[in-house]
Amino acid sequence: MVKAFNVPQADETAEEDLKIIGKPFRRVDGRAKVTGQTRFADDVHFPRTAYVKLVRSTVPHARIRNIDFSGALAMHGVLGTLTGDELPEPFGIMPVSEDEHALAIDTVRFVGDPLAAIVAVSEDIAHAAALAVKVEYELLPTISNFDDALATPEPQIHDYADDGNIHKKVSLKFGDVEQGFDDADLILEDNFFYEGSNHLALEQHSCLALTEDDDRVTVYSSTQCPHYVHRALAKTLDIPGSRIRVIACSNGGAFGGKSDPFNHEIVVAKLALKLGRPVKITLTREEVFYCHRGRHPVQMHLKTGFRKDGTMTSQHLRTTLDGGAFGSYGVASTYYTGALQTTTYKLPNYWFEGARAFTNKPPCGPKRGHGTPQPRFGYEIQLDKAAHVLGIDPAELRLRNLVEPNTITSNWLRIGTIGLKECIDAVVKGSGWKKRYGKLPEGRGLGLACSAYMTGAGLPIYWNHMPQSGVQIQLDRSGNVAVFCGETEIGQGSDSVLAAVVAEVLGIDLKDIRLCVGDTDLTPVDLGSYSSRVTLMVGLAAKQAAERARDKIARAVGEHMELPQEALVFADGQVFPAHDPDKGIAFNEAVVIAESRFGTLGTTGSYIPPRAPGRFRGAGVGPSPTYSYSASVIEVEVDSGTGLYDVQKIWMAHDIGRAINPVLALGQIEGSIYMGLGEAVMEEQAFRRLPKRLSPSLVHKMPSMLEYKSPGFHDMPEIVSYMIETNDERGPYGAKEAGQGPLLPIMPALANALFDAVGVRVDQVPIHPEMVLKALHEKQNGREARVGPHKFPDIDYGEPLIVRTPEQGGDGRATDDPKSKRKGLRSASGTMKERDDALKEKSSATLTTD
Amino acid sequence: MTAAVLTVNDDMYPVVFPTHHTLLEVLREECKLTGTKHGCELGECGACAVLVDGEPVFSCLQITTDVIGKSIQTVEGMQNGNDLHPLQETFADLGAAQCGYCTPGILMVAEALLAKETEPDDEQITEALSGNICRCTGYNRIIEAVKWAAAKRRGDDWRPDEALFMGSEIPR
Repeated sequence: MVKAFNVPQADETAEEDLKIIGKPFRRVDGRAKVTGQTRFADDVHFPRTAYVKLVRSTVPHARIRNIDFSGALAMHGVLGTLTGDELPEPFGIMPVSEDEHALAIDTVRFVGDPLAAIVAVSEDIAHAAALAVKVEYELLPTISNFDDALATPEPQIHDYADDGNIHKKVSLKFGDVEQGFDDADLILEDNFFYEGSNHLALEQHSCLALTEDDDRVTVYSSTQCPHYVHRALAKTLDIPGSRIRVIACSNGGAFGGKSDPFNHEIVVAKLALKLGRPVKITLTREEVFYCHRGRHPVQMHLKTGFRKDGTMTSQHLRTTLDGGAFGSYGVASTYYTGALQTTTYKLPNYWFEGARAFTNKPPCGPKRGHGTPQPRFGYEIQLDKAAHVLGIDPAELRLRNLVEPNTITSNWLRIGTIGLKECIDAVVKGSGWKKRYGKLPEGRGLGLACSAYMTGAGLPIYWNHMPQSGVQIQLDRSGNVAVFCGETEIGQGSDSVLAAVVAEVLGIDLKDIRLCVGDTDLTPVDLGSYSSRVTLMVGLAAKQAAERARDKIARAVGEHMELPQEALVFADGQVFPAHDPDKGIAFNEAVVIAESRFGTLGTTGSYIPPRAPGRFRGAGVGPSPTYSYSASVIEVEVDSGTGLYDVQKIWMAHDIGRAINPVLALGQIEGSIYMGLGEAVMEEQAFRRLPKRLSPSLVHKMPSMLEYKSPGFHDMPEIVSYMIETNDERGPYGAKEAGQGPLLPIMPALANALFDAVGVRVDQVPIHPEMVLKALHEKQNGREARVGPHKFPDIDYGEPLIVRTPEQGGDGRATDDPKSKRKGLRSASGTMKERDDALKEKSSATLTTD
Repeated sequence: MTAAVLTVNDDMYPVVFPTHHTLLEVLREECKLTGTKHGCELGECGACAVLVDGEPVFSCLQITTDVIGKSIQTVEGMQNGNDLHPLQETFADLGAAQCGYCTPGILMVAEALLAKETEPDDEQITEALSGNICRCTGYNRIIEAVKWAAAKRRGDDWRPDEALFMGSEIPR
């Protein structure tokens, strides 16, 4: 019986009590990574495996007249072929743009678009057979970029686009933007361009499917989002999801490039079901460039109003996104080029207009920072320009505008903790900014920029009310704790976060935890490793499951020890009374007591983000449980004779909330800096049209790692990383994200540093030395010392959606929603097909507006 | 087709393979030693690096028939029994392996460097690893992990700066 007396209660969150969280520990998969034992998708092997090669379009836009397989089928070892008519059901990550087919039906839309598959007993034979397939095309006009798409409404690449070949148009107006500009003392207007880039994850996509029993198929894949692959397979294969198992292997890097369901995954699953034997595909590096889903090339026009004191009165941002041939995440990407502008500095009035075009190139999608690095690049450069005009130090100008914690922005994003002031202070002090900025000798300079990023998207990709992350824990009387979760290890350390949280709560060693992750048969759904959501969402789901397990054990042990369960502490593999640590029992003995008391032990935990305050169309993109913040200073040295520049040192401060494992968190920060530097300095996914007399093709300029340059060991400067801990109550143990935010300030900080060094502006990335040189020549000739776009396309974004800001007393809804009256109706379940069917039937009962 | 016996990590592997297949393909597909990775098929990324008679070789560019009879080392042969090699220890502890895909190749090249240099400096490490690409770490941790492993081998208690474990001290 429990005795009723006062005993000191254990404080689970007290800093000094944490044994694992906040301490550097070897990642739980560390040993496997360094011994070659980590099983990536291409390392999975089964006997009798057949190999697939996709036949890809050699032209950018055409109708398929005929596919002749005779040469391929004559080859010894070819087992079969597959074309799009056997997989008629469309798919796509966003329910509003399910515009892809596993294999093109009738029309190919870019060089590299798969239109058929060959399966053979060996990869060599499949490859040779694919080359022997003859395809006759009827060529269609080619759209090479956004401006082309605007000028060429017909023929449409997809017939569901908002307007001609403009896939999506957005116009959101918060507050009184015009009045804001009237109130300004200074208005700056600038054009910027941000080139697209590939993720260049070192592991090429790979997938293996095999059938089990009569009608089950198991798919091993290099995917960040096994749940979304699972859904896409059920849809396209037209078999119940309960008979499909998707296992996400550890990804050899992903960075957003493995977060769509892909053609090749559907094709191998279909062929495995047809052949009854394991079927595999591993893409070549060239094919990875065709899968793409990388950074959208974005043009920006940014107009901001400032008062003399540097505070901002109003902003109008217009963007264009060159989307490539399919929707992918593009609708979300479009919103993301505007959504997070308000999260760092107070913008009382804000108008965002964005448009995404379909073009005959590999589809763009989410890359680390998803849609936000491009406008952040423009914004942070424009702030630097404003600081110069107003005679205010750029760091000071930012500090005067900081968003307050626990407030709602003009575009209805709820801000949690914000450590941006501390971040700016850290890099300013660390870099000696006050003594050195603007005062270094000609050719040397410092530049500063800041950013914010989401810690997980507030809404799932498809509308539902279920948890976005689930964790299940099974306790064994041996003391082993098995943790099941759909999360996917892509290198970021999600397995280690999951294990650390459970081990911390239960007071056990990391080695006593077994993880089973990313397996749709065995693990509760986690939506995937995207939008920096895993640490927060998986962490909180794991914490809940572990706390429920701890409470159950504590109840049984409390009864056994005749103590209230609150008096028990779980630490160091022991369960003991807080006031008498020597009276403890081993964790496995505690489990035995609990299992004797309650029977087989298992608990679950789940996480759903809080509801966002915005209620207007488009309010679903941008909300997050909380935002991370970063500030960076870059030091650069420029050779004004050649334009060559050398990034010498980078200071980065990141508001991480709390580092679950500082070593891994720092790795995310440094990796973000590295990837940002690659985009700032050299990486570009560029295309060219072949001369008309040779071919009508628009081709990838560099679909290999020989030509697509990314930074190597020689290219990295010294990095100083500060972690600012704001301890956000919305995250597990106070944690926020670290994997994307610190990428964002790098590109603008470099551009700003170049200005400090030699007084020229480069308003586009990547910044090539010849651009610096050209700007220097302009300067010498008395012209504007700038390289960058001079014009912005003339686009009709349509009537804006007017939303009153919190300051204006708005309620989060649009005051008028013209679009809902004419377009964008969708079914409650959100799929395009159902929407179309519903529209046809004009059954208003099934229609809702988002 | 070629039939041969390869010596990998001092083990004998009788293999039959299409004559044009590279060492990378034969290691992964015939020997089932999948620790060695592929990233570019062009000798550009270094994920496939192995040692042939102690020298780093990009196995994606290495015709297999040229290495018959030579000593091939892969990541699977690095451990001493169940004990990790010092490079493996420091890479795991310092977060020098994130996704781990480039890691086997980098470990092999670093191993070749440490066989020649007991105390390599940053420049020597950078030079030795200039043929390897890592997309996760930003490289600095890899350089420090190689130096740490070299120190461990020498019996030196040098260890990377605490800032790599806890972040730099925030200036006040």
